[in-house]
Amino acid sequence: MKYWRKPLDIERVEIPRGRIHILKERCKGCGFCVEYCPRDVLEISDEFNAKGYYLPRVKDEDACVNCGLCEMLCPEFAIYLDEEEEVPVP
Amino acid sequence: MSNEQAVNLKPETLDPKPESHPMNYLLREDRLPHIWCPGCGIGVALSCFLKALQKSGLDLDKVAVVSGIGCTGRVAGYVKLDSFHTTHGRAIPFATGLKLANPELKVVVFSGDGDLIAIGGNHLIHAARRNVDMTVICINNFNYGMTGGQVGPTTPTGAITSTSPYGCFEHPFNIPYLAAASGAVYVARWTALHVRRLEKSILEALGKRGFSFVEVISPCPTLYGRWNKQRTGLDQMQYYHDRGVIKHGIDPKEVDIGLHGEIIEGVFVDIEKPTFLDFYSRALAESVG
Amino acid sequence: MNGDGVLTGEFFMMGDVACAEGAISAGCRFFGGYPITPATEIAERMSERMPRVGGTYIQMEDELASMIVVLGASWGGVKAMTATSGPGFSLMMENLGLGIMTETPCVLVNVQRGDPSTGLPTLVGQGDMMQARWGSHGHYEIIALSPSSPQELFDLTIRAFNLSEKYRTPVLVMTDAEVGHMTEKVVIPPPEEIEIVPRRKPTVPPHEYLPYRADDDLVPPMANAGEGYRFHVTGLTHDERGYPVMDAEAQERLISRLVEKIRRNKDDIIQLEEDGLEDAEVVVCSYGISARTALWPVELARKEGIKVGNLRLITVWPFPEERIRRLARKVKAFVVPELNYGQIVLEVERCAAGQAEVILVRHAGGDIHDPQKVLEAIRRAAR
Repeated sequence: MKYWRKPLDIERVEIPRGRIHILKERCKGCGFCVEYCPRDVLEISDEFNAKGYYLPRVKDEDACVNCGLCEMLCPEFAIYLDEEEEVPVP
Repeated sequence: MSNEQAVNLKPETLDPKPESHPMNYLLREDRLPHIWCPGCGIGVALSCFLKALQKSGLDLDKVAVVSGIGCTGRVAGYVKLDSFHTTHGRAIPFATGLKLANPELKVVVFSGDGDLIAIGGNHLIHAARRNVDMTVICINNFNYGMTGGQVGPTTPTGAITSTSPYGCFEHPFNIPYLAAASGAVYVARWTALHVRRLEKSILEALGKRGFSFVEVISPCPTLYGRWNKQRTGLDQMQYYHDRGVIKHGIDPKEVDIGLHGEIIEGVFVDIEKPTFLDFYSRALAESVG
Repeated sequence: MNGDGVLTGEFFMMGDVACAEGAISAGCRFFGGYPITPATEIAERMSERMPRVGGTYIQMEDELASMIVVLGASWGGVKAMTATSGPGFSLMMENLGLGIMTETPCVLVNVQRGDPSTGLPTLVGQGDMMQARWGSHGHYEIIALSPSSPQELFDLTIRAFNLSEKYRTPVLVMTDAEVGHMTEKVVIPPPEEIEIVPRRKPTVPPHEYLPYRADDDLVPPMANAGEGYRFHVTGLTHDERGYPVMDAEAQERLISRLVEKIRRNKDDIIQLEEDGLEDAEVVVCSYGISARTALWPVELARKEGIKVGNLRLITVWPFPEERIRRLARKVKAFVVPELNYGQIVLEVERCAAGQAEVILVRHAGGDIHDPQKVLEAIRRAAR
């Protein structure tokens, strides 16, 4: 990352990371998680579940910052996050 | 640029068990997936409610959820709490009975706009007037969903529904105004999109003594949305994004919603008033001793 | 008054007031009602007495709310009651159905008046008897008691609470404006002499508890809200877990249990008062105030030499079918005086099945029977 001035606390600040879990049989393919992820981590895939709904998949796994919006927005309780090790700012 | 501790994020290889969802202990997971349509906002509101419940620190054995009939009415069947699925419109007086019989209970009424405002309208205004200590979460999707999308008391003028094929020609209720005028001590409105604020608002409402009321504007893509140019849940969420505006403390009389019109959100009323039981015990202590 | 709220002593008391006192003696600590003549006095007495015994009185916005607030209070763990008359009874029907479906113990008192519609608010009637049986939609069984005096109204209200807890069902007390507004001697015994049936509680821990798994007598133990059992209750057809199940098989299982729960225990529930039936040729079968006003015609008829017996239905529903059937084989005729145009008489006719004549002494309400009319009917029956 390019800085015009290096932040003074760059050694201390760490970016949170999240691991996404998708409960496939609960998903109904509404697309809320894909649309509202602020980091564009998810996309609708070709995989579908027993009820025929197209499931989301993680397309950019490093970008997830564990904000939790997908977990909160999902109407089906079909996606949730685990906190991963925080990483230093690049 | 990349960190030394590469994290392995390949969720496709992990197939998590349903019970590992952090909210699972509050859900009757043997009944999931629930019956609501793809893109329906009731699940979102339920998720916010459960999260608020987790954060509230309330004794979950003492929380009772009461709902009426309708799509939102099915909420009671999915929560792993003492829950009651009562008759159409009568969730609020049932909740009143529960609370008065056992004041230690935290009673939450979770029902829809048709159930609470039409058939249940009388009970809503009286419970608010009495300031019975309960929290009411009203999901407003502008129609009667369960029965196929009929016009309701909150359907905006001009909207198409199954019983208003030429466009609704009635004025809808302004629910926050109704609740505030009846005497509710906490009145707020949010949409299913504004999840963090909704969760925070529900948390405030749960902690409030007296009749607290939270309206949640929610998508109904299968029916109301489909007939009113918002065919998917995402379309309606986009509408909330574009036309939703937050105005805390505004006079509730200004927050009408027109067809595809502005949705004013926020906490409109937040006051303190003695509750029904406060009055009851105070009056009795004076006269009966 | 002692700590239990039981007002032990002898009183000159109005029926409605005796009803309220009976409820309190039975342990009722919640009343949710709405004013309606001639039941208002019950609400008024309750509004005064409930706070003194540590209970709650709330006047709801209508009878629909009154019935369901009582259900809510019952689930909250408190014995609860409401009181109304004809027009309010109609409004309470949907939630009475909810009470039956969810097996919620509670008591509903109907002080009947001139019907239908607004009718005669201040005058007697007995026109809701069939509505008591079939008023709510769907098929179910109900228990309805019919007192003939303020003392009996006191006693039967206690019995109603006991039956409602024993069989986990709403119980109706079908009284009328005459008994309700009559003032007579009422003796309230000391609390140790009053039998109270407690609610049957679960004996298993929460994770093993199924809210609608019945014991051998078809009645499931009932957990209250807030006790940690985390159950679900619904008015939809449900299974033992309380979860809605939408199929005919679940419907059959549930409805048959709800119906058998009452039918199988008829002997315990039904109470009758019989007099002179051993050699009777004519039987006067009546209930409530009509039973009381039939006493004198029966006496007069006996003086004329007619062998007439008296059968008073203290329990009207479930109807004592067996008793009527057995009597129909022996007697010549039944005379049924009631303050309506023929409701319980239909049950008598059905059970008599043509083996005995059934004569109705009908009355549209507003007044008690003219004893001459009842006497004439008895004479006609004896011929």
